[in-house]
Amino acid sequence: MTFSEADWLAIALTLQLASISTILLLILSTPLAWWLATSRSGWRGPVAAVVALPLVLPPTVLGFYLLIILGPQGLIGQLTVALGLGSLPFTFQGLVVGSVLYSLPFVVQPLHNTFASLGTRPLEMAATLHAGPWDRFFNVVLPLSRHGFITASVLGFAHTVGEFGVVLMIGGNIPGETRVVSVQIYDYVEALNFQQAHWLSGALVIFSFLVLLIVYWLQPRQGMGTFAMGSRVL
Amino acid sequence: MSQYASRSSHSLENTLRLKLLAIPGVDPKADGSFVLDIDVCLPGRGVTAIYGASGSGKTTLLRCIAGLESVAVGELTINGDTWHNRQHSLPPHQRPIGYVFQEASLFQHLTVEGNLRFAEKRAHGNEMQFDDIVPMMSLQSLLGRNPDQLSGGERQRVAIARALLINPNLLLLDEPLAALDPKRRQDVLPYLERIHRNAGFPVLYVTHSIEEVTRLADFLLVLEQGRVSVAGEMIEMLSRSDLPLEIEEEMGVVLEGQILSREPRWQLITVSFAGGELQVRDRAGLGAVGESVRLRVLARDVSLALDTQSRSSILNRLSATVVMINQQPAAAMATVKLSVGGSLLLASVAIPSVDELSLRVGQQLIAQIKSVTLLH
Repeated sequence: MTFSEADWLAIALTLQLASISTILLLILSTPLAWWLATSRSGWRGPVAAVVALPLVLPPTVLGFYLLIILGPQGLIGQLTVALGLGSLPFTFQGLVVGSVLYSLPFVVQPLHNTFASLGTRPLEMAATLHAGPWDRFFNVVLPLSRHGFITASVLGFAHTVGEFGVVLMIGGNIPGETRVVSVQIYDYVEALNFQQAHWLSGALVIFSFLVLLIVYWLQPRQGMGTFAMGSRVL
Repeated sequence: MSQYASRSSHSLENTLRLKLLAIPGVDPKADGSFVLDIDVCLPGRGVTAIYGASGSGKTTLLRCIAGLESVAVGELTINGDTWHNRQHSLPPHQRPIGYVFQEASLFQHLTVEGNLRFAEKRAHGNEMQFDDIVPMMSLQSLLGRNPDQLSGGERQRVAIARALLINPNLLLLDEPLAALDPKRRQDVLPYLERIHRNAGFPVLYVTHSIEEVTRLADFLLVLEQGRVSVAGEMIEMLSRSDLPLEIEEEMGVVLEGQILSREPRWQLITVSFAGGELQVRDRAGLGAVGESVRLRVLARDVSLALDTQSRSSILNRLSATVVMINQQPAAAMATVKLSVGGSLLLASVAIPSVDELSLRVGQQLIAQIKSVTLLH
């Protein structure tokens, strides 16, 4: 037996967290990236900068502020308590919120690049073929951005799997609730259980390598630039 | 269609009323000083060629009509339907147009058939049927291909078919042949001529090719630096003094016929058409007997004689009836429209000759054709 029961629990939790976060990220990032790619508003720069913040901030800073804001005294914390949702820190839901914010640029940027590379022509073409705004978005923009969405999903998923700092700050280390693989590895190392740490770390290395390999394979020949731009965030 | 706009006035039916002022802002080629300032009525049927040098505003005009470019002030009333005025402006997807862009713009994520079905699904009415348009544009063998597997000419044919399938009330063609080499252009032109003959809707055709103007247009609009410099029926054009010279030189008609016989010794073929027979030089010697061909006869190559008595070096002499004499004040040349059998011919005649021959409508005479060009 290579993985302990606790390891499997952590792996399952990690995959669950990454899946839910990726779905939420796609829902959030699609309109945000579309707005960034098409708007001429003066707010574009500031918004793009805020979205990119998790790239440069230490995860502890992000986690710290989340802990404050989501905590019982925090602005959103008071709201969630009033709504009967309870306090989010040290819960799985809290982890999801943290992951979504932390991985946001990894999903927004590839989508932004894809949308920007489409140009206005396909949309104008669709408009002259009587396609309204929603019709244009779902039947022209989305299928033409297929590769961008694949890249964004894979990067968002993989990045959430690899998250550590934010989890530790707002999730703590509760088995089955917030103890994901990266935290489990940290625990093994602290306990000098290098054997188990090796198994889990090795699994993460292989997983991450395969994910990136898939992203490269899925890129269309002429579309390598899309990922090259997207990989700016790596 | 009532869903597009309300009828504003009966007098505007069968008219394209274009009055607009636009300052294209985001066009990278525009230097900011360009203003499109148009106020013109075009016929509500047939092909209107919009001719002009590049940068004269041809494409901008088409984009304004399609709603792709914002119009600062103006009114667009198309055959009685108001698309744009001070109170409201229809968004592009509610305007009943077909639009063909200069470079073939097909959806890359769809096959040829997918591109055509995209239009078919969103068409208003079903006068234009998939099963009619596909053979008309010879696309049967291309349906399963992706756009990047097509040649430039094939892509443009698909784009034109797609614009037709939307069942437009107005077809906008923005230099559909400009991106093609001369050979490909000759591949697509016959299809456009076919549309010209069959279309029940007006067509605006942007071009800077004189050949396309003279082969396709019924009405001509010449733009210069964003303003209308000439607008009028093609038939009136020859006798106008303000027509760009290069168009005057190329004015003529296209006849369709069949090769009757060939005379290899003189590289001549005899072509029969609705009005009789013509001897044509076939330099390449390609035409086979029985083959359908198209002939172009320029107005400046047709002269008129009252009888067949006089001997002449001209091979092709056909009896014709005068249908119309167009003579503008202060012009040197008149255009005479002739009927030869069922076919139409144009002749360019000096004004003094009109008096000399005492030309009048209904008169029988002989059309002498100095030169005939075999197309394709």
